[in-house]
Amino acid sequence: MAARAQRNATPGDESRVIEKRTIPDFDRKIHERTRLAIMSALAVNEKLTFVELRDIVQTTDGNISVHARKLEDAGYLTMKKFFVGRIPRTEYQVTPAGRRAFEKYIAHMEALVKTNKK
Amino acid sequence: MTEPVRIGDHAFANLRYIRDAMERATAFTSIPGVGGIIIGVSAIVTAVVAQPLRGDRWLAAWLIDAMFAAVVAFILMSRKASRAGVTLRSPAARRFFVSYFAPIAAAALMTIAVVRAGDHALLPALWLLSYGASFIASGAFSIRVVPLMGICFMMLGIASLFIPFGNILLAAGFGGLHIVFGFIIARNYGG
Repeated sequence: MAARAQRNATPGDESRVIEKRTIPDFDRKIHERTRLAIMSALAVNEKLTFVELRDIVQTTDGNISVHARKLEDAGYLTMKKFFVGRIPRTEYQVTPAGRRAFEKYIAHMEALVKTNKK
Repeated sequence: MTEPVRIGDHAFANLRYIRDAMERATAFTSIPGVGGIIIGVSAIVTAVVAQPLRGDRWLAAWLIDAMFAAVVAFILMSRKASRAGVTLRSPAARRFFVSYFAPIAAAALMTIAVVRAGDHALLPALWLLSYGASFIASGAFSIRVVPLMGICFMMLGIASLFIPFGNILLAAGFGGLHIVFGFIIARNYGG
């Protein structure tokens, strides 16, 4: 799989391929940009509504739904739907497992930066 | 040897992306610079009007100015927020307002106590110090220039504890500092 990716890779894809090859235990569930932003926003806020999250991540409704669902499936966040009066509201919260995964991801990135400096 | 450099750069970019997202998730940036300039001009007018006044009439002049300033700040803050597509009820805004209003509420209550004691000369120091404290506290959740403005207000507050030109120092703070920082914010942070 990695070999094929490497063969097909254009020069711009090079760093991605290298990553796949050398960092096998990379947390792909968090790595994607939108999901990374969602996890970052929830790491510093106890709860966020769908609209708040969309405004912070600066993306579309559909994009938030899809990626939040993936994170929910991974057990990294919980979603709660309820009504305020007649208005439906969706609220997201990071789980302990999600927080651990996020911290691990950051530690991983920091380690890579440090290795790079040496 | 290009491979590790690429990975490191990528990791660094990722960390910066995370930091930016966290900042957006915690910072309240709808501080109205133009509002600051208007409030500053009105404070200077108030200082001129209040200069010959004493006691409760002097106090009334500044309280009217404070109410005017609050209305201007609220309107222009709402406009700036809606332009940026954010609400004043976001978690970031809520954190900002709680730390902003706590020192101001304390100052309002202390103003009643000081006026009761009949010691109006203490009011400029009380207002400048509290207003500065409120910006230092709330600035933790906003753009970097906000706490700096708070420090400047507190320095004028300290000065007014020791020199008997309270009205002029109020003009320098609520007038001068608002205009200077209002200009900086309007120019660098979108209005």
